[in-house]
Amino acid sequence: MSMLAYDGTAMLGRQLLRMRNNPGLLILTQTMPVSMLLFFGYVFGSALAMPGEAYRSFLVPGLLVATAAGGIMTGMFQAAQDTHRGVTDRFRTLPMSRAAVPLGQAAADLVATAVGTVPFLLVGLAVGWRIEGGLLAALGAVGLLMLFRFACVWAGIFLGLLTRNEEAAGQLGGSTFLLPLLSSAYIPTSGLPGWLRTVAEWNPISAVATALRDLFGNAPVPGGAAWPVAHPVAGSLMWCAVLLGVFVPLAVRQYAHGER
Amino acid sequence: MTSTYAVLSEGLEKRYGKVHALRGLDLAVAEGTVCGVLGPNGAGKTTAVRLLTTLLRPDAGSARVAGHDLTREAAAVRRRISVTGQDTSVDGDLTGRQNLLLFGRLHRVRGPAGRTAELLDRFGLAEAADRPASTYSGGMLRRLDLAASLIRRPEVLFLDEPTTGLDPVSRTLIWDAVRDLTAEGTTVLLTTQYLEEADQLADDIALVDRGRVAHTGSPAQLKALVGAHAEVVVTDPDALTKAAAVLDRLTGAQPSFDHERGAVGAVSKDPTLTLPLLVRTLDAAGVPLLDVSLRPPTLDDVFLRLTDTTAPATATTDDKERAA
Repeated sequence: MSMLAYDGTAMLGRQLLRMRNNPGLLILTQTMPVSMLLFFGYVFGSALAMPGEAYRSFLVPGLLVATAAGGIMTGMFQAAQDTHRGVTDRFRTLPMSRAAVPLGQAAADLVATAVGTVPFLLVGLAVGWRIEGGLLAALGAVGLLMLFRFACVWAGIFLGLLTRNEEAAGQLGGSTFLLPLLSSAYIPTSGLPGWLRTVAEWNPISAVATALRDLFGNAPVPGGAAWPVAHPVAGSLMWCAVLLGVFVPLAVRQYAHGER
Repeated sequence: MTSTYAVLSEGLEKRYGKVHALRGLDLAVAEGTVCGVLGPNGAGKTTAVRLLTTLLRPDAGSARVAGHDLTREAAAVRRRISVTGQDTSVDGDLTGRQNLLLFGRLHRVRGPAGRTAELLDRFGLAEAADRPASTYSGGMLRRLDLAASLIRRPEVLFLDEPTTGLDPVSRTLIWDAVRDLTAEGTTVLLTTQYLEEADQLADDIALVDRGRVAHTGSPAQLKALVGAHAEVVVTDPDALTKAAAVLDRLTGAQPSFDHERGAVGAVSKDPTLTLPLLVRTLDAAGVPLLDVSLRPPTLDDVFLRLTDTTAPATATTDDKERAA
């Protein structure tokens, strides 16, 4: 375990150095949620039944979660890129913990997410979003968001190690953009036709978005009837546990075995 | 007996789907020596290195590397080896120095900064040390890659075609590094397509062909098996027959014709054949000469002579591996 901690810290250091050497990418990834907030908030918001400011308050937690789900794409792309470049082969021949490489990647991603969330929330405040509940609950929301991001990145790492090809990972990763569309991230699910609503309510993104709205105190819309959205915090924790329970062992195994 | 061999493999086999990359590789590399694994593209050299460095699992056979079983004690093997593969295996987003520090840390090197500076200097990378590795030339990347493998002294160093496509300066630096390492007791297994490289560095050569070791021996022993490649260019077709008869007699080998160029050549079985003797004999036989050459045997010559050329060659194994 101390070997994992030591090697994992070294790999975290590697990823942080990469970000520092290449800060442009980090800034670029953060422009997307900010521009979506402005476009959706003002363009779509004008056509929705909800008043503009209320929709933007609804949208900020939704976009936070949708962006966190983008961790699947980030994790996948980075893992595939490393493998493609041959640097993973070197790590595999080193006497280091097998789990350290994916763990370092996932941990570094958390740092990037934490840093990137700050400007987004500032824009959110500027367009009318507020923390309307208690501070402790708000911190809980941030913690839940980070946990969800962590779980999504592990799923991405597994898929990236599986595809082993940057271009394929890029194509496949792009389709994760669709996942939040079928959830309560951008719109309330109450307006969806029956079966589609059931699918959207069982989308983990819906549970986490509803939980964040609850914890931040911006919840004018009920989450829905399905268990994970009816009990959003417990539902979110359940989804994170499932994702981590499935993808951490898979990713570590895939990493250790490589192309054998 | 295994303790005297740094690498000892028996019957290693590996398949990629229908491609049988290794068909029973037996390799024995004595401690502190350099073994050159020589073979054409697709012979299975890269697969052999990937198996022996724990990157792949063999389908059959066994091997001991640095005194430990490859499959059952993979972690122990990893603690004792270093690998520089054909593909760049450093992080392009990190600088040269950051790369070496990272690998030093992962190898538990104490005071990695000093060792890093020393290696950067030695491989001519001190000036570029703080630039991202993605800006390096191919030769610089290969040198950084080797430096990363030497951040701590390995018991066995694996080099997969370390100088293919490299400039002479980089090649010399890498050759010198290999010589210094063996002087310190490290065993080196290197694959190469160049006979000259094996000649310069290797104590022993294993000729690999179609997934098997076809021949082993010291460079001198292999050269003794294959003489120089003699070629005669003449002015008219009649002279070609005469020249072929002379070559046949002097080389003891079946000459091959290139009628378009008016040339006939043969790989000599007699390593003592000299150019003056060749010219004198041709002249005495009254062959009107345009050109006569006697060049050292190439890898092609060695292969034509030492491997069975009637079977079809498997050409794309290494390429497939790289694409995978």
